[in-house]
Amino acid sequence: MSADFAAALLATDGRCPPGLTCWNGSAPEKRFAVYRNNVVVGLVDALADSFPVTQTLVGEDFFRAMAREFVRRTPPRSPVLALYGEGFAEFVEGFPPAAGLPYLADVARLELLRVRSFHAADARPVTQQHLDRLLADQAALPQARFALHPALFVLTSAHAVVSLWAAHQSESAALQLAGLDTTQAEAALVCRHQLEVGIYRIGPGAAGFITALQQDANLSAAAEQALTTDADVDLTATLGLLLQAGAIVGITHPRRTHP
Amino acid sequence: MIPRDTPARRATAARPRSLPARAGIGLKPEHFRAILQTRPDLGFVEIHAENYMVAGGPFHHWLTRIRERYPLSIHGVGLSIGGEDPLDETHLDRLAALLDRYQPESFSEHLAWSSHGGNFYNDLLPVAYDKTTLARVCEHIDRIQERLGRRMLLENPATYVEFAASTLSEAEFISEVVRRCDCGLLLDVNNVHVSCTNHGRDARDFLASLPLAAVGQIHLAGFASEVDSLGAPLLIDSHGAPVAEVVWALYRHALDRIGPTPTLIERDNDIPALPVLLAEAHHADRILEGLLPVVAESAVS
Repeated sequence: MSADFAAALLATDGRCPPGLTCWNGSAPEKRFAVYRNNVVVGLVDALADSFPVTQTLVGEDFFRAMAREFVRRTPPRSPVLALYGEGFAEFVEGFPPAAGLPYLADVARLELLRVRSFHAADARPVTQQHLDRLLADQAALPQARFALHPALFVLTSAHAVVSLWAAHQSESAALQLAGLDTTQAEAALVCRHQLEVGIYRIGPGAAGFITALQQDANLSAAAEQALTTDADVDLTATLGLLLQAGAIVGITHPRRTHP
Repeated sequence: MIPRDTPARRATAARPRSLPARAGIGLKPEHFRAILQTRPDLGFVEIHAENYMVAGGPFHHWLTRIRERYPLSIHGVGLSIGGEDPLDETHLDRLAALLDRYQPESFSEHLAWSSHGGNFYNDLLPVAYDKTTLARVCEHIDRIQERLGRRMLLENPATYVEFAASTLSEAEFISEVVRRCDCGLLLDVNNVHVSCTNHGRDARDFLASLPLAAVGQIHLAGFASEVDSLGAPLLIDSHGAPVAEVVWALYRHALDRIGPTPTLIERDNDIPALPVLLAEAHHADRILEGLLPVVAESAVS
């Protein structure tokens, strides 16, 4: 019985499952539509909450039509809706009406990472003093490994994904968008510091460096990776950004362990 | 290590673990800061369990601080107790961890289903009131109470359709569940009004046929009004409006029968500023105070 009911919730033909009755003999379709509306609108609203810039880029009507398609094809598999939207960027990428906005899927990817960062596990960042002690120990430095915050993510994009996102964080969005070259490749560092998720534009070398650290490479190997990607990468500045973003939550090296 | 002596811990140790017979409000992220800054006089706050089933971040930060200062009700919306699927044990584990972390005075869930075939539909969907469903609902509630190690409250639903397969009335079904599982009842007075209107029943007769002795909490909310295909009223449990006068009247009628009961003002859509919700909670508190026997009032003054 629930199978028919569930199938009709996501159907588009207005049918309702068999076996429904109404005390006054009214049409069950109209009453069943309340459930269908609750389900679809509720899930579309959940996506709209998680992907506000994606919505602004295409307009509310377009976004909701696109989100309805996604909801019908990919209903949530868990009652924990906070992270609903896995796979939405991939759906957007293959959604023909959105083909004119090649950067849209990456903006959606960035927004999903922002949500994941917001709800990720807590961890206490190391202090400047911890890092200073390590930097002073030149012999141990290359072998050191950093534990990065569970709320840290790196996204590399062939589009100006951070600029697009940032341009929608203020009232003067239209102005900032006017001069934007969306074909400029960008990378994003997403990290939560205390209660706020920060999104930072980083270069390709920094992205390679942080990704290598995240995969447990030591500093020497991560630096090599970064320099291969971008010979001009500024690793001191990248470490400074990680510290400022509260992204380093542990330092280990052969002789000492912090904290 | 000696546990920190927070107000919540003192409360846990000093009194029975139950909500006070006062008004509370649903806790919304929009109001986290305002509640901590203004410390309104509230009986309790209630959260939706699933919203806090995340690893860390601001939601836990704020809830931890608010929970230290207020009694807490945790209200699940995702166990799918009426579902044909087996209970989602992973979800039950998440719920047990949440209850363990926040030690709420009350836990409640719905007589409804929300998952089928592994998909989650994010709505409280209706069940047929027949013997098969009754057995399944009871089996699920038994398992939940066993896993959580506590008694739960089951909420009566707001429904828009009924099933030809039903052989019991809603009140008979609920009474039988409460009797077999020894669970409590979360009496949603708005749902009573909505369902009775939608199915042509008398709300006071319906209330009288519920197992009112088992009521551990009351929910009040607003509804939206539509009409069915014949033009008869079709009320939607929207949680997006103030409590209607007709529901306040039914609330007074219910309290006359069951006495002072913890009462939640539920608002999940079109959420107003905190003072608006507090005014509704204050209104419920005044009604609850009106129930106090005269002797208690003179003893206070």
